[in-house]
Amino acid sequence: MKSTTEERPAPPVVRRPGGQAPEAGIRKVKPGKVPAQSFRSRLRRDKQMLLMMVPGAAFLLLFFYIPILGNVIAFQDYQPYMGIGDSLWVGWQNFVDLFGNPDFVHAFWNTLYLAAWQLVFLFPVPLVLALVVDSLVSTRVRRVFQSIAYLPHFLSWVLVIAFFQQMLGGAGFVNNTLRQLGMEAVPFMTNPETFPLLVVVQMIWKDAGWAMIIFLAAMASIDNSLYEAAAADGAGRWRRLWHITLPGLRPVIVLLLILRIGDILSVGFEQFILQRDAVGAGAAEVLDTFTYYTGVVGGGWSSGAAAGLAKGVVSALLIYAANKLAHRFGEDGIFAKKVG
Amino acid sequence: MATTLSTKKPLAARKVKALSYNPKRPVWKERPSPFYQTVKALVLIVFSISILTPILLVVSTSLADNEQLTRAGGFVLWPERPTLEAYTTIFRGPMVIQSLGVSLFITVVGTLLALFVTITMAYATSRSVLFGRPVILAILFTLLFAPGLIPSFLMIRQLDLLDSLWSLILPGIFGAFNFVVMRSFFMNIPGELIESARIDGASDWQILWRIVMPLSKAVIAVVGLFYAVGFWNSFFNALLYINDHSKWPIQLLLRNFVVQGSGAAEQLGISTTPPPQSVQMAVVVVALVPILMVYPFLQKHFAKGVITGAVKG
Repeated sequence: MKSTTEERPAPPVVRRPGGQAPEAGIRKVKPGKVPAQSFRSRLRRDKQMLLMMVPGAAFLLLFFYIPILGNVIAFQDYQPYMGIGDSLWVGWQNFVDLFGNPDFVHAFWNTLYLAAWQLVFLFPVPLVLALVVDSLVSTRVRRVFQSIAYLPHFLSWVLVIAFFQQMLGGAGFVNNTLRQLGMEAVPFMTNPETFPLLVVVQMIWKDAGWAMIIFLAAMASIDNSLYEAAAADGAGRWRRLWHITLPGLRPVIVLLLILRIGDILSVGFEQFILQRDAVGAGAAEVLDTFTYYTGVVGGGWSSGAAAGLAKGVVSALLIYAANKLAHRFGEDGIFAKKVG
Repeated sequence: MATTLSTKKPLAARKVKALSYNPKRPVWKERPSPFYQTVKALVLIVFSISILTPILLVVSTSLADNEQLTRAGGFVLWPERPTLEAYTTIFRGPMVIQSLGVSLFITVVGTLLALFVTITMAYATSRSVLFGRPVILAILFTLLFAPGLIPSFLMIRQLDLLDSLWSLILPGIFGAFNFVVMRSFFMNIPGELIESARIDGASDWQILWRIVMPLSKAVIAVVGLFYAVGFWNSFFNALLYINDHSKWPIQLLLRNFVVQGSGAAEQLGISTTPPPQSVQMAVVVVALVPILMVYPFLQKHFAKGVITGAVKG
């Protein structure tokens, strides 16, 4: 990435009329020194490039940075008909109210609880799948499996929930079959107690195959001669897995864990909104759905914004801290690599 | 991934394989033990079946005829006499056609706009250019922090986009991840190529249009398909911003009609002559088919695109 800081060439040679030697037109530059360009001339030089940045910059301003500023309503008693300018400032009152609100506290703990489930049960699955796929010798089996495993990632959550409902719902395929066999129906989709498990299974169904892609790429880049040498020294398949594959995957695992940690407070918005009616708010209320129902549905704009802001700030801090931690362990983390 | 790309083996190697020696298996690997082979096969088969069964079930049920449905009690895994009755039913009312139109519109317009914004931004920041660095940082910051639901909603309302299809398009026309993928691809285009075009007097727009874009067809296709899938799947924005039923995208219709099952049959403008099960499934299939259609194209390129973005970044 460093290689892109190339310098633009000096302005093209201008041939003067009268057939002068072309050398006469070349600007004299002292060897080893790049002529400093004034801001103005750089502006003129990059005019078109800057123009190209305009649509993207407009997007960032309109749909990212101005809304970030809009978070000030978290510190107001925001009234839609008065607007941000005229609404009263209340300082931290909204946050104080929020943390005294049992519904918010419930949503908060619920989020952490579901995130813990995801971290423990969701995170290892793609890694295991990738290890299995990587050990396949037949390219054909490999390719067919990958095609199937990636597919659900591209389906919307609405479709995924619809599929689960048709399979496991009260009137779904499995329960229909159970009833025909004379057995009791099982409330897979509506039982608040098993809801975390259901959520994790849905996430595995949708994204585990896709998440495997990064591990596979990392495994493909591990030097084969390492395996060969280890085998020559008498290491069996488990030893090679432990001493070569897993250390080779370490940076990727750390990276994904960091991303996961930053996402801990966003456990999956659409998935919960879609199922909240079926299992009830007790099990499916998370910070995001709380924000939605309080703010947009209930009209509590300021408390909704406060909840959203608290979540966003904590998430960003978590990512930052996790990245620092990764650096301490001698890994690259995300920031070191991303900014080229 | 490199190993998956080697497709056809020479004939000689295939014959050798028939003699139970596989050239892909390194000499130092142990013989495959029957136990591990079985475990691996089980993992793969169970995972694949769990993905394919619901899809098969839904498609089959949507195609099944009345008699078989009543006999099977609602679901069939294989239609004996396939009929399109459920489909003619849902297309008789205006709702499905309208929402398909909405989804198609936001997908096509949204993807084109998104590609324009992403390509211009990625190209402008892929060369050393004034303000390049702060702009990149400003973009990457979007990966770290989200403005939040309420402020976004208020912004859309401020722009007077509520109940307008633009509220489904505009917030999705730029994605930092797609930008990173695109930009890293552009940066791998040799600088000499661009310099020589510049010396020949081409403007930056001409360079982008005539040189960079033709060289980047693959990545443009991938990013475009990612955007398209995103627009097609957009559900939550519609839930937030769209009240008018005639402007529902297909995902919102799917949610109300199938997931909530909230007696939307009247809304669909249909009578319930065929069993609602197959009609519901037909709506699911209508939302599913476009994804299945672009999937082969997606799959051809995405692995490479995603890996450049995610690992090399």
